[in-house]
Amino acid sequence: MATVTLLETNGLSRRFGGLKAVDGVDFRLDRGEIRAVIGPNGAGKTTFVSLVAGRVPPSEGSIRFEGEDVTRLPAHARVRRGIAYTFQITSIFGNLSVFDNVALAVQSALAKEAGFGARLDEAEIRGRTMTALDLTGLAARADQPAGTLAYGHQRLVEVAMGLGLAPKLLILDEPTQGLSDPEIADFIGLVRTIAETATVMLIEHNMAVVMDLATRITVLDRGRILAEGTPAEIRADARVQHAYLGT
Amino acid sequence: MSAPAIAAPRKGLADKAILLHVGVLALLLAAQFVLPEYHALSLTRVMLLATFAVGYNLLFGYTGLLSLGHALFFAAGLYGAALPAYHFGWTAPPAFLAGIAAGFLVALTVGAVALRTTGVAFMIVTLMFAQAGYLATLYFGNVTRGDEGLVLTDAVRRFELLGLTVDLADPGLRYNLALALLAAAIAITLVVVRRPIGRVLVAIRENEARTLMLGYDSYRAKLVAVVLSGTISAAAGAAYALLFAYAGSSFASIHYSIYPLLWTLLGGAATVLGPVLGTLIMFYLIDLASGFTTAHLVVVGLVLVALVLFFPKGILGTVRERWLPWLP
Ligand SMILES: Nc1ncnc2c1ncn2[C@@H]1O[C@H](COP(=O)(O)OP(=O)(O)O)[C@@H](O)[C@H]1O
Ligand SMILES: [Mg+2]
Repeated sequence: MATVTLLETNGLSRRFGGLKAVDGVDFRLDRGEIRAVIGPNGAGKTTFVSLVAGRVPPSEGSIRFEGEDVTRLPAHARVRRGIAYTFQITSIFGNLSVFDNVALAVQSALAKEAGFGARLDEAEIRGRTMTALDLTGLAARADQPAGTLAYGHQRLVEVAMGLGLAPKLLILDEPTQGLSDPEIADFIGLVRTIAETATVMLIEHNMAVVMDLATRITVLDRGRILAEGTPAEIRADARVQHAYLGT
Repeated sequence: MSAPAIAAPRKGLADKAILLHVGVLALLLAAQFVLPEYHALSLTRVMLLATFAVGYNLLFGYTGLLSLGHALFFAAGLYGAALPAYHFGWTAPPAFLAGIAAGFLVALTVGAVALRTTGVAFMIVTLMFAQAGYLATLYFGNVTRGDEGLVLTDAVRRFELLGLTVDLADPGLRYNLALALLAAAIAITLVVVRRPIGRVLVAIRENEARTLMLGYDSYRAKLVAVVLSGTISAAAGAAYALLFAYAGSSFASIHYSIYPLLWTLLGGAATVLGPVLGTLIMFYLIDLASGFTTAHLVVVGLVLVALVLFFPKGILGTVRERWLPWLP
């Protein structure tokens, strides 16, 4: 299968006052990859993916998704194009049931397929929502208010919402943060399943998870791309070891 | 803000909810045969005002947008119906539709502007619009007759429909028309709340930023809510003018922006029947209080203090939280 560029950024920058959180990033992501984005705290990882998702407007540069310029599209329109973002700081609807949280994502995806104004079928919403809940192991908790779940499960609600959107690109921002080892093991399996149908961009601090999952790795440091390559290449890269792996 | 507002999508429970609402409406239907005339008339008024509150609740309770300008929508319906009836002799049916259309247009315009703001600014902007509307009803006194108001003649309230002569001066008919309007507003709320759009409105109330990141254009969804809420409020206003043959500036004053908020808070925001219950209780409370004191507002104030202390989620909001989690 020929590789197709899914996402491309050119000279993408974002300043916060005097600070260049993201500094002239030229980035390419092919369809079907699991791309890990790593880098020390404050490297600009969250800001970079927020620019891609449209949560944060860029200071300079452009973003192309599936060949089209999406730089000026509002976030909700990018989600409808297929870019889903799951929050580093869990941001779910705590007062709503787990089911409703994920159903909101599902009906957004359905509305995109059906077009504006079409009547959505509640049975279809139900079916797809339960599928996403089954995949994330949350089905038994469907009726609980999401805010009452344990932290690890709230992280999974985030992921299930991402899944419910049926995205082309799923961005996971430190999804394993705060999860226990068995939860992380399950999570790795989950990402593999997701990657069968979506391209995945994974910001991750846990190196075991990164090395296990990533097809390619991008290393960010002080807002710039420091290195990019396969896990083996990155492990062998002296600059990365110096700047990040600390050896 | 209050607890989850989405009716659980389980079939059995959902039907229980429908049954409850049909039951309440049936009770109101039956009440006219036992109530003395005075109370039947009061209840007619209450049902129209409750329709207004039900419309308000759609925006405030479910979408989480606190408007301080709903008097404008009520008045748009009131004058939209009364002005053509008074000046051009339109009969009640076209005048009613004109009132609804006026409310729709005003809500669309106000919503499009006010929704560029959020939070306190939204409250202020809606308040300003409503004050402008109120002042306009006074300023154009030669058309609206200001505070004194327009009194509609019996001629515009008597008309032929499907070969029958309808006379809106008939108390029984007025009662049933008010009930029909309230039933329609309740039905619309139930449909909205139980359909996917209701889930989106509640999501906006709970966390708008997250809702955007799920692919929803929250501005558009909120505009739908404002228009729906404003149009229902206008329908209540139009019916009020036609059934009680009167339209005056006081209905456009700030009181009529605050009342639906109080009724909704009292009965329970984001419950379908809460605003109805709140309107009923407040109406009779004022009615009773003004029987033995001229300071009936003090009584209202005390009730509100008690409400905030003991029922912060309103009566039905508390009932749902403690006993009936399936209540929509
Ligand atoms: N909204 C913001 N306002 C000001 N500074 C910010 C904001 N968001 C991020 N930053 C700063 O930008 C830099 C990059 O942050 P971030 O993208 O969160 O890094 P990472 O996710 O790699 O830890 C940090 O120095 C951070 O303090
Ligand atoms: Mg981060």
